[in-house]
Amino acid sequence: MARVVVDVMLKPEILDPQGQAVQRALPRLGFQGISDVRQGKRFELEVDGPVDEAALARIHDLAESFLANTVIEDFTVKVEEAAEVAEAAK
Amino acid sequence: MTARIGVVTFPGSLDDHDAQRAIRLAGAEPVALWHKDKDLKQVDAVVLPGGFSYGDYLRAGAISRFSPVMESVIEQAKAGLPVLGICNGFQILTEAHLLPGGMLGNDHLHFICRDQKLRVENAETSWTSDYRAGQEIHIPLKNMDGRFVADEYTLDKLEAEGRVVFRYLDFNPNGSLRDIAGITNEAGNVVGLMPHPEHAVEPLVGTGRTDGLPFFTSILKKLVNA
Repeated sequence: MARVVVDVMLKPEILDPQGQAVQRALPRLGFQGISDVRQGKRFELEVDGPVDEAALARIHDLAESFLANTVIEDFTVKVEEAAEVAEAAK
Repeated sequence: MTARIGVVTFPGSLDDHDAQRAIRLAGAEPVALWHKDKDLKQVDAVVLPGGFSYGDYLRAGAISRFSPVMESVIEQAKAGLPVLGICNGFQILTEAHLLPGGMLGNDHLHFICRDQKLRVENAETSWTSDYRAGQEIHIPLKNMDGRFVADEYTLDKLEAEGRVVFRYLDFNPNGSLRDIAGITNEAGNVVGLMPHPEHAVEPLVGTGRTDGLPFFTSILKKLVNA
């Protein structure tokens, strides 16, 4: 079994008030020098069987149609065991 | 003969009964539709009501959009079936890509519930013909994820094509771009908005006005005269 991770982030041009609220709390907690925070979602998919190209293609479709709304969000797909990113969304 | 207007109930829908009541008050026949049932029971129009279907998990409307009933709604909406999405229904319509743009959390991060002033920008859709363009109305608004966003190209296109149907007046309650409260598709049969017209159909409750009733009389006239 392998784990595939899908990270979903709001597109850079879209305002992220949650990230801003986190960023504004940082000085109060003694953290300095962090000028921006953006908050996203991480999905960990436990995949039965080999994570081959076909499996990754299916997961890419799943991420594009369901896990992310590509009107407002970008996503990346990566296999966790392998260090290198197997595929990055356009 | 009157028109039959379906109201879909999803798990977590809250305002399905109010929508049915508004339809009845307008003189049409409400028909309950179930999220698991592809059958639209040959209704003449569909309302996707407010609420928190599937607890807004993933994104508001993201899971409902894949329910069996939505398969039929999407297919028939593309063929011209009038569809109105209110609040969560609007979110479902953007997730289903029947309407452009997307819905995100309010910019102030709080739930909001207030009587909202709106301007009717387009009185030519299936759901707004009983208003006058430029008319100012008061409708209750209550939501967490009411911030309408789209890229500049889409916003310009919506404005140029007259597809902004309602705009927030005096106060932007959620950070929606260009104060947009509601939009329509190219054909004008699909309309989505965040405020709740079904809560403003009787003088006794809501704003004390009946500014939401024309949604339901508009569609009834259109269907009966068709």
